Amino acid sequence: MIEYIPFIAVVAMILIGLYAVLFRRNLIKIVIGISIIESGVNLFLIILGYREGGVAPIFTSLPAGTTYPEEMVLPVPQALTLTSIVIGVAVLALMLSLVMHIFRKYGTLDVQKIRRLKE
Amino acid sequence: MEKRTVAAILVFTIVAVFFLFSIFLLHPFGKPGQVQMDDYIITHTQNETGANNGVTSVVFDYRGFDTLGEATILFSAVAGVMLIFRRVRH
Amino acid sequence: MTKIVKTTANMLFPFTMIFGLYIIAHGHLTPGGGFQGGAIVASGCALLLVAYGSSWVFDRIKDKRLVAFESIGAIGFITIAFLGLVFSAVFFGNFLAGSGTLFGTIPATGSTLSDFNTGGVLPLMNFVVGVKVIAGLFVIVLIMAYASSIKEWSR
Repeated sequence: MIEYIPFIAVVAMILIGLYAVLFRRNLIKIVIGISIIESGVNLFLIILGYREGGVAPIFTSLPAGTTYPEEMVLPVPQALTLTSIVIGVAVLALMLSLVMHIFRKYGTLDVQKIRRLKE
Repeated sequence: MEKRTVAAILVFTIVAVFFLFSIFLLHPFGKPGQVQMDDYIITHTQNETGANNGVTSVVFDYRGFDTLGEATILFSAVAGVMLIFRRVRH
Repeated sequence: MTKIVKTTANMLFPFTMIFGLYIIAHGHLTPGGGFQGGAIVASGCALLLVAYGSSWVFDRIKDKRLVAFESIGAIGFITIAFLGLVFSAVFFGNFLAGSGTLFGTIPATGSTLSDFNTGGVLPLMNFVVGVKVIAGLFVIVLIMAYASSIKEWSR
């Protein structure tokens, strides 16, 4: 049970983000919830690649006496997390531009008042 | 309570129960299962790529095609923002 | 903004830019690379944007020049990938590692001190991706800041 605590932290982050998406009415709070879900998924990707007692997979000035590859952390999940962070930035930029347009047209940011298509 | 709140509570509890039951089927934290690909990459990085950084050699050399897709996504995000604010810039 | 904020931003911006360019340039030796260093320089540019006001910056730096800057980065990335296809028959092939030319030496295996002349195609790719990320993030922040500061959008 002690060794599953990081995964429970990831699930807590995803559930907090899901609560903000489902139960809040302000559009900016929904966008913040989506960003929290993306942070939780990136954390999960990094947690998958940890080896116990390992160092970073970089060969410049290793501490003396480390046997590679048994004591190095896996490098492939870190590369996939880099891509995922950049995708999160791109999606967040487009979401915020659309929120700015909606506010300029409707005058309010309440989700339940923007339900019908405005004639 | 309106129907929307009941549906939201139902979705939230189903997703929470599903996640909490499937945590314990993963491998424990610190002992990954299949490591053959990463062991090959760590032992052969300095000979084949000539770089000292394992993560950069994975991002740009062993998996460079994913970096090409990511550069395309950055470009399309900038194009989308400039398209949405076309009236503002003139 | 007041004189104090402008003077502090003037003094901090060169240090931020030098630090970001150092992280981009040494991407094949220490942790870092193109994306991380580009984000650092873009945050330094956002500091200038906050200190001087978005209208002042938008009138001096047209966004068409920044978009051209970003396209140079994307075209350079694709060109390096196609040169790998021409010289070593694999798309994204590393054709500079092992040969005696530009970045060609191979480091000794195990824990070494860093030699800048290694890495093959990787330092060139780090540089073009860094240029692309700097221009892209600066354009996004500049356009959104300018659009939220003018009173009404023109028809």
